[in-house]
Amino acid sequence: MLRFVLRRLAQMVPVLVGLSLLLFAWVRALPGDPARALLGERATPEGLARVNEAYGFDQPVLAQYFIYVKALLQGDFGASIQTGQPVMDSFLERFPATIELGLTALLLAVVVGVPLGYLAARHQGRLLDTVVVSGSLLGVVTPVFFLAILLKLVFADTLHWLPTALRQNPRIDATHITNFYVLDGLLTQEWDAAWDAMVHLVLPAIALGTIPLAIIVRITRASVAEVMHEDYVRTAEAKGLAASTISRRHVLRNALLPVVTTIGLQAGLLFAGAVLTETVFAFNGIGQYLFEAIGRRDYPVLQGFILFIAIVYSLINLLVDLSYGLIDPRVRTG
Amino acid sequence: MPAFLKSPLRRGTAVLAIAALALTGCAQSERDDSSESSEGGGTFVFAGSAEPVALDPFFASDGETFRVSRQIFEGLVGTKPGTADPAPLLATDWSVSDDGLTYTFTLRDDVKFQDDSDFDAEAVCFNFDRWYNMPESAQTDDLTYYYATLFRGFKTGPRADEAIYDSCSADSPTEATITLKKPFAGFLAAMSMPAFSMQSPTALEEYQDDAASNPRTTEYSTAHPVGTGPFTFGKWERGKQVTLEANADYWGEKPAIDQAVIVAIDDPKARAAALANGEIDGFDLVGPADIASLEDQGFQIENRDPFNVLYLGMNQKVKPLDDPLVRQAIAHALDKDGIVNASMPEGTETALEFVPPTVTGYTEDVTTYEYDPDKARQLLEQAGAVGATIEFNYPTGVSRPYMPQPEDTFNVIRSQLEAVGLKVKPTADQWDPDYLEKIQGTAKHGIHLLGWTGDYNDTDNFLGVFFGTPTAEWGFTNQKLFDDLKEARGLPTVEEQKPVYEKINQEVMDYLPGVPLAHPVPSLAFSPDVQGYQPSPVQDEVWNTISIG
Repeated sequence: MLRFVLRRLAQMVPVLVGLSLLLFAWVRALPGDPARALLGERATPEGLARVNEAYGFDQPVLAQYFIYVKALLQGDFGASIQTGQPVMDSFLERFPATIELGLTALLLAVVVGVPLGYLAARHQGRLLDTVVVSGSLLGVVTPVFFLAILLKLVFADTLHWLPTALRQNPRIDATHITNFYVLDGLLTQEWDAAWDAMVHLVLPAIALGTIPLAIIVRITRASVAEVMHEDYVRTAEAKGLAASTISRRHVLRNALLPVVTTIGLQAGLLFAGAVLTETVFAFNGIGQYLFEAIGRRDYPVLQGFILFIAIVYSLINLLVDLSYGLIDPRVRTG
Repeated sequence: MPAFLKSPLRRGTAVLAIAALALTGCAQSERDDSSESSEGGGTFVFAGSAEPVALDPFFASDGETFRVSRQIFEGLVGTKPGTADPAPLLATDWSVSDDGLTYTFTLRDDVKFQDDSDFDAEAVCFNFDRWYNMPESAQTDDLTYYYATLFRGFKTGPRADEAIYDSCSADSPTEATITLKKPFAGFLAAMSMPAFSMQSPTALEEYQDDAASNPRTTEYSTAHPVGTGPFTFGKWERGKQVTLEANADYWGEKPAIDQAVIVAIDDPKARAAALANGEIDGFDLVGPADIASLEDQGFQIENRDPFNVLYLGMNQKVKPLDDPLVRQAIAHALDKDGIVNASMPEGTETALEFVPPTVTGYTEDVTTYEYDPDKARQLLEQAGAVGATIEFNYPTGVSRPYMPQPEDTFNVIRSQLEAVGLKVKPTADQWDPDYLEKIQGTAKHGIHLLGWTGDYNDTDNFLGVFFGTPTAEWGFTNQKLFDDLKEARGLPTVEEQKPVYEKINQEVMDYLPGVPLAHPVPSLAFSPDVQGYQPSPVQDEVWNTISIG
């Protein structure tokens, strides 16, 4: 197991090196000038020149790249052009928001998606199956930002049932330790803060989790349907095992491997959806910050954040691979 | 082992559940329970459009940073409520030498900084000398825009020779004299800007490092700002909110509220929804389309007197805009009342010239171009430009105080231009940075929508910005205009400048580099419980006058 983990971590290094080069080139290929974005309407040719000189944007691109790599090797991911805040600090401040939202969305997708997919497979060809399949198709094709705006418009702006923006009501004097607001509320027994944070998660999590939910439903359905026709399931039924035992021990456990892979892939893709969801709900996670950084051409933030996201995505996939052993003892890593 | 725990999955789940229960309550709440029982004025929650960039206003030039700093800091000079006119604040009085080079301020003797250190003439000189002695690393426009623009330079650096600040002397604890090398008639008005607030020397010496790689991220700039204002800094949770506490030792009218919280919600519709949901008590930059709806729901709308101008710029590098007859034709083609009614908030006035009426040098005695489509067609015929194609640039994805709905404004103007026989080629660009880059950085644009919100009451802050030097935006070289503006800027007093700027306004409107359209009214919205908010055209809005309930 340890050798497997170390090997996978070592494999990440060349991937991240290549990604850093691609990111560096990509952000500089974006039209627009970060100095102009920084100064806005107050830009003068002299002012732009001074900013470009201060930030090294007037240097040849290759020279800029070497400066960037040298800093990276020293653990310096740069600082935001807009605020001057170190990129690592900005990321760590906002990362809990995105993780909290992502986990909630994923939990929703798994807790609702797996049972729905299982039920659809068990009732294949019947009304429930048709409804679930149609619903999942709708979920997959609906763009995240559209769904987010629609949910906000209906449940927040019109019905006022749920909050429209932010992670927590500003009036609540909440203690923040980990920056996971729900967890912080539980840790400090500030139950109102925990509850308020959960309420603020509802709409963004539904918006973000709908596509993963739809995909998990489809994969679970297909996988369960396949396993249900396996010989060992028929044997278990013939031996008179209880239906619940067959479902749990033979059907679900064997059907879950592809589902777990899908969950792992979706977990990584949630970052992409988070950019738009967080922006719609002003959720102040890394997604919203990234969106703002694109508009500002904040090169260090774009480079650093996407690199960090790539690292997190790789680690999530590593965890997914490790989890196979838990589900199916025949699969051993290392 | 119990049977149900033989599964590793169940064992793991049980461990997690026990750990979760054990963790609950194992961290200390930082709530101040005493505040719940005290009689107080409550918490005022306000939504701006973005977070501040720093808590030290000297290193900022954006309205959201200044919104926070206005509550913590004060300058020598303030503004008369609801106007842009200078008024005493930390200085009770001042005198100016005839040559405009020496300003002697009489200071209040009852003011302390929030860290209990004295506000006196030494503190004034400390601040002025600090600005002048900024290290070169901090002399970029993103960090020190206002000082560099208004004082022209620092002690060191490439613009040292142009610097107009000479020295400050503390003649007595309550008398400070600022000496300039060159006259700067707008000096007093400029001192009302948050960038020139008086900050505690004690706190600056302890927590600030102006030579840091980014002076915006020092301990002072992020966690220890100290001024003399009615609110003290509480905490800044980046990505969440800034919390300010009422200053019980404030020398002036003490706040009626206990606390002010400023959150950032980028989308104006989301701000409106947050107000409707009761999550905030007020917000700025109300979308024009939301005003009626908010009023119908019982919310208060407060308008600022406009201190801005929206104009249709014309790039003379592109034919036929270099022809004065064509520019005049365009001016006559525009029904400004129609443009205002279709795309701007109620209360917006049409513009006669490139400065709003409250600015020195404004005069109604300028050439006007009345809405007259027939005259427009006649002028186009004279110029041989009937049917000419004109590129019309406008921004998307933005709402500015001077340009609340650019797409709507564009549509109205386009139809008016086409009605007189011009062909319009629309070009839309994302505001930041594409549109600004194109309009201000290149000659690749035709007519365009842009504007300006004034920072302080000085004509140079409008006309000098637009027409002080040749720029890619306007595409012309009018040396007489440049020289006239330079000369006006150098006059020692506002009184001397007034007639000169009036003449320049006439000159500009005769030359017609663009068409001033309107002075849109920026709006704020508040819950019905909020009382006492005082809108200011220069956003000099301090919340010690607010009460809730």
